[in-house]
Amino acid sequence: MKDSYDVIVVGGGPAGSTAARFAAMEGADVLVLEKDREIGVPVRCGEAVDHEGIIEFIQPDKKFVAAEIRNFKLVAPDGTVVKPNIEGVGYVLDRRVFDYELARLAADQGAEIVTKAYVDGVTRTDGRVEGVSVQYKGERILLKSKIVIGADGVESRVGRWAGLNTTVSMHDMESAAQVTAANVDVEDDTCFFYFGEKYAPGGYLWVFPKGNRTANIGLAVAADQSRKKHALKFLEEFMETNYPDASVLSKLAGGVPCAETLEEVTMPGLMLVGDAAHQVNPVSGGGIISGMIAGKMAGKVAAEVVKKDDMSLIRKYDQEWQKSLGIRHHRYYKIKKVIYKFRDSDLNSIAAAMSKLPEAQQTLGTLFKQAVMKHPALIMDVMKLFFS
Amino acid sequence: MIKIHEDKCDLCGCCVGVCPENCIDLTESRISIEHELCTDCRKCEWACPFEVFEFKNQKATLKVPA
Ligand SMILES: Cc1cc2nc3c(=O)[nH]c(=O)nc-3n(C[C@H](O)[C@H](O)[C@H](O)COP(=O)(O)OP(=O)(O)OC[C@H]3O[C@@H](n4cnc5c(N)ncnc54)[C@H](O)[C@@H]3O)c2cc1C
Ligand code: SF4
Ligand code: SF4
Repeated sequence: MKDSYDVIVVGGGPAGSTAARFAAMEGADVLVLEKDREIGVPVRCGEAVDHEGIIEFIQPDKKFVAAEIRNFKLVAPDGTVVKPNIEGVGYVLDRRVFDYELARLAADQGAEIVTKAYVDGVTRTDGRVEGVSVQYKGERILLKSKIVIGADGVESRVGRWAGLNTTVSMHDMESAAQVTAANVDVEDDTCFFYFGEKYAPGGYLWVFPKGNRTANIGLAVAADQSRKKHALKFLEEFMETNYPDASVLSKLAGGVPCAETLEEVTMPGLMLVGDAAHQVNPVSGGGIISGMIAGKMAGKVAAEVVKKDDMSLIRKYDQEWQKSLGIRHHRYYKIKKVIYKFRDSDLNSIAAAMSKLPEAQQTLGTLFKQAVMKHPALIMDVMKLFFS
Repeated sequence: MIKIHEDKCDLCGCCVGVCPENCIDLTESRISIEHELCTDCRKCEWACPFEVFEFKNQKATLKVPA
């Protein structure tokens, strides 16, 4: 480790590794600091992605693809199953290997990666971030950089240390628990989603197959609705009822910031990417792909700032994100607010109406139309959504 | 005043994300709270998936220095 770099990336998840890879590819001198002892471990994720999303970054490989997904099944509170027709293919990953590969790709471009390095603050001069302080091998070291990229996940503090308010509201934080279970009978090519108050108020429950009768089974509850009953309790009850013979291979807690993207994801000397910037899809909670997309944008812009020695260019990352996924996430966030208003009875009647349609018409589009029809009060909300 | 059941903590960071005072410190292996900054808002308690936090005798202990 040197005492100065062009770019210091805090966090070695998908967003951080991708930012490091593209910054290094464009010629910057890059350091990644990861507090855990190993990249990719522990996994805190359902691990589902779509094919179109990952191919821009890495070719799907059986090293890190645990299952290929061809179907979705949505389960209403009363048990009605809807199977919308989806196009394309998805994967359930093995993120231990996947994250490792992303870090290796960054290292191949020349980025230096250091684990067991805990960043505990940023240094600033005249409102400009100039480096980080890191606890490493029992010492506290100050490192200098032209740009710090905060890719430190849902627990992000980098932005806050620099003066940005990145606190996630209780309404938007999803409080999650998941097990990876063996000895479970699941459909190897199908992701199941369960909706309703009894499974996960303000969120949903998922069963994602991982091959050989194993699966990620987890749920997320809106933090403002989990006061009386926490995520782990919901999950334990579901497992007892539905998979009493399962062996739990791992059990994890997690948080998903299902918020709108932060208004500003940069300031002089600092960029935020991935969960740290609230770039998760607010409806699905998926953040792997969007974190990588943001990482690539940020990495390239960071290298340009360094090359041209012009800090004003850092705003290009804000603009590019807003133009592409930012606008979409803004819309998704509004949809989320509508979905939040559904009660179990609404969900049941939407599912009942859907299941009466011929199979070819059971698409996500008609699902949404049914939702609006079954809940006329929502029409106004949806109108607002599409005309705002 | 917060009691942290450290043995239950999975180090996931959900509480850190919602803490308005930025006073929860989470390293690779430990969670700790900077008590002098904590306002006892209890958001961490509600957000934690694993019920790690417990708020005890709030009024009685508020005056006791952390
Ligand atoms: C239960 C659960 C299920 C999910 N399921 C899915 C899914 O199926 N599909 C999907 O697309 N998304 C899913 N997500 C969301 C997805 O996991 C995240 O959006 C994604 O991991 C974000 O990537 P990231 O690189 O921004 O952050 P992370 O992957 O969280 O990486 C952040 C890294 O920063 C490190 N770090 C943090 N603070 C410091 C510090 N101070 N110093 C040094 N290092 C630090 C952390 O150790 C970590 O390695 C799920 C999330 C949860 C919790
Ligand atoms: S939310 Fe709970 S499990 Fe997660 S880090 Fe905080 S205390 Fe630990
Ligand atoms: S009680 Fe509030 S201020 Fe104190 S640690 Fe928890 S979230 Fe932070």
